[in-house]
Amino acid sequence: MEEQQDQLNVQQDQEVLPKLAVMDTAPRDKFSGTAIFDVSNTSIFYGSFRAVTDVSLTVHEHEITAFIGPSGCGKTTVLRSLNRMNDLIAGARVEGDIRYRGVPLYSKDVSPIAVRRRIGMVFQKANPFPKSIYDNIAYGPRINGIRNKGRLDEIVERSLKQAALWDEVKDRLNKSGLGLSGGQAQRLCIARTLAVEPDVVLMDEPCSALDPIATGRIEDLMHEIKTRYTIVIVTHNMQQATRVSDRTAFYSVLRDEKSDTRTGVLVEYGSTAQIFGDPQDSRTQAYVTGRMG
Amino acid sequence: MSTVTKADPASPAGSASPLHQRRPLGDRGFQIVALAAGLLVLVILVLITVTTAQQSTTWFAGGFKDIFQVSFDGNTHFGAMGVLYGTVISSVIGIIIGVPVSVGIALLLTQVVPARWARPFVYVMDLLAVVPSVVWGLWGIIVLVPWLQKIYLDIASGLKGIPVLDSLFSGPNVTGASFFTAGLILAIMITPIITSLSREVIATVPAIDKEGAYALGATRWEMIRGAVWPHSQGGVVGAILIGFGRAMGETIAVALVIGDSVEVTPHLFYSGHSIAAIIALQFGEATGGEFRSALIGLGLFLFVLTILVNLVARWFVERSARRARGA
Amino acid sequence: MMTAASDSPARPVDLRQPSGWRRSKDQIMTTLMWAAFVIVLIPLGFVLVTLVAKGAAAISWQFLTNSTIPPNVVPLGTGGMGAAVVGTLEVTGFASLIAIPLGVLGAVYLNEYGGNRILAQLISFMSNVMTGVPSIVMGLFIFIIWVTHFGYSGLAGSFALACLMLPIVIRSSYEMLLLVPDSLREGSYALGASKARVTVTVVLPAALSGIVSGALLAIARAAGETAPVLFTMLTVEQTNTNLFSGPNTTLPFQIFMNAQSAYTGANARAWGAALTLVAITFILMIVARIITALFTRNAR
Repeated sequence: MEEQQDQLNVQQDQEVLPKLAVMDTAPRDKFSGTAIFDVSNTSIFYGSFRAVTDVSLTVHEHEITAFIGPSGCGKTTVLRSLNRMNDLIAGARVEGDIRYRGVPLYSKDVSPIAVRRRIGMVFQKANPFPKSIYDNIAYGPRINGIRNKGRLDEIVERSLKQAALWDEVKDRLNKSGLGLSGGQAQRLCIARTLAVEPDVVLMDEPCSALDPIATGRIEDLMHEIKTRYTIVIVTHNMQQATRVSDRTAFYSVLRDEKSDTRTGVLVEYGSTAQIFGDPQDSRTQAYVTGRMG
Repeated sequence: MSTVTKADPASPAGSASPLHQRRPLGDRGFQIVALAAGLLVLVILVLITVTTAQQSTTWFAGGFKDIFQVSFDGNTHFGAMGVLYGTVISSVIGIIIGVPVSVGIALLLTQVVPARWARPFVYVMDLLAVVPSVVWGLWGIIVLVPWLQKIYLDIASGLKGIPVLDSLFSGPNVTGASFFTAGLILAIMITPIITSLSREVIATVPAIDKEGAYALGATRWEMIRGAVWPHSQGGVVGAILIGFGRAMGETIAVALVIGDSVEVTPHLFYSGHSIAAIIALQFGEATGGEFRSALIGLGLFLFVLTILVNLVARWFVERSARRARGA
Repeated sequence: MMTAASDSPARPVDLRQPSGWRRSKDQIMTTLMWAAFVIVLIPLGFVLVTLVAKGAAAISWQFLTNSTIPPNVVPLGTGGMGAAVVGTLEVTGFASLIAIPLGVLGAVYLNEYGGNRILAQLISFMSNVMTGVPSIVMGLFIFIIWVTHFGYSGLAGSFALACLMLPIVIRSSYEMLLLVPDSLREGSYALGASKARVTVTVVLPAALSGIVSGALLAIARAAGETAPVLFTMLTVEQTNTNLFSGPNTTLPFQIFMNAQSAYTGANARAWGAALTLVAITFILMIVARIITALFTRNAR
């Protein structure tokens, strides 16, 4: 089975490369496709600390958008603001406008719970619940009112298949989710997120704690599911960004010499081919070439 | 793979809830119930103070002269001094005997015994902690008291005539059920809590400090004195105070072995009484107004006393914990 | 002027132990620490041995179940402690029913909702302080607010014991909730759960084993308490299965009364009751330890 998987990986690698080439010869400089997120002039604060300044970008449907940049540049902060996870941090505050399918996310009558039902998140370190694999996946549907065992069985199987984990765990669905390897656990968390059929999946450095093979599996996964979902991924691995993403946003740290404060800024945003092949800003160029050189 | 068309992206499959929605009712309700449960602690403490104060006004009305006398006979005398003396003396004896043992065991378990072997020792301490007060009292009065009586009498005759020791350990009324026996039993009973709290405190000493002492060629004891003790002394003092508070409030075991006479005397081998013990032993007979009021008043007094001791103790313990976290 | 080490006159490197005085002091201190532990073993061993020796002589099926408690003067053999056993189970059981849910909810408030707010800090601090309040004060309290209005009953005893258990359960549950990693909560929030749901469906189940074992220890403590029972239940000679009306009795209470008696029959019954009580407490403690050991290993 391992061999088949490896062959699949090789195949898909070969598919990815030509894809970039296509994009190279027909660069899209006009954003097209439905806008899922519209971020306009948004700054995010933790108390008095300004984590990110004046970010504006648009995330499009059925695309994979990558946020890259050095540590401290605010890419995770922006990601978490897209599903209102920053609400959980005391003193966190968003100034500016973030819209999801045209609806202002931070308007007073919007429920964060409803937001997170539609915009799911996969975390840096896999965090399976100390429940069985089945119950991990069924958790989301259950809290949304689905009780019927037949339907839940269906959802669990579908989600695990989408996460490419089904074959490995189908015979031990009632074993604890904590007994899985790192890569499996992360795919479990992805399956768990997909089980509620969200609209968007946010991923915060999902592969940073995984080995290359496990990473490869998850990247394949991302390609497969992007036709049904929209994905935004924060990654510090630039090769990964080139492998999976359609668009890339490069963030950096802005230092104010006078007040000795730092804040994150969005430097450049465009198609992945353009960001890595033809960066417009010198900071972008320095970052992408520095690592790849 | 076919693209699944969702009917309405704004409301995914499995849920009909719109993006705009008030906070679910159950969520708010749960928070309120949890808050109420927490508040219960404060409510109970306030109620205890208020109700006992109310019931003891008769006693307080008797005036300070009445309260500050020694004798308490349930009839005409309702003084608090005699029983207070007994509470304090027996607790002090308990501390004097119990603290060296408790701290010694705490040091043993954290510095001497390797972590892997510590568990059976902890089990023994748990066993010690789980024996109910009344069982210590039962053993105390049936086994310990007669046995100690013989020993006390020997000591008393041996120390007769020697200036200070004579008034502490000698005298015509030496008996098994006495302040000292109560102190002894208290020492046994407060050892588990002092040991356990001290262990927690001592365990927060950073390994770096200990290694620093060793690196200078210190013996283990020198390392304990130089690196462990300065860090943990505040917390250990807090632990000792908590043990002291526990000793003062200990009722049943003390009631059974302290004897049954209210007096202020330096003779440690004489019978005495304590606040908690007298309430326990005499409440059933206290039908009269002032008698009952006095006992409840004593209860209030004990309550306030133990709360104060615990406040100071917790302050010590938390200050030491805060320092350890910040360090 | 540097000379090679082998050239310098023979002055052996001194790697011996520190000077005699320092070494003996260290050894004495270590010995004292061991002595402290041994000292504590003596009364513990003594009590347990006496308990088993004298208690076993009194215990029999009849002793544990016979519902009539004989007067002190009657020698061992007639009647038994059945009334006290039932009373202990009733009163402690009901107290647990009140105190454990309330205690866990209080801990939930402190850990999940309270945060750094002053009220939460106050409640947390005072819960700790409240664990040091003498149990006799709880008995007096319930006597004043309940017994004087509604009379003696097992229920009053339960209330007094519940007051005793509440801060203990809050404290131990709080420690357990603290141990649940935030990443679990985040995972649940990210799936669109409300705070109450996160707490009930993920946090509490994760902390469950610790909370249960803490609760068992609180129950063991309550079962062994005498003072709160003194003023709230009076006593009975016959089993009273009605918790809500009429006086009742418990094992600790019987031990206390019988210990003060001069009659051998009463004393023998006291030992038997004591052994029963310690056995119950001991079993609760062992179960608590087993649960902790089992489930912390599973979570890995």
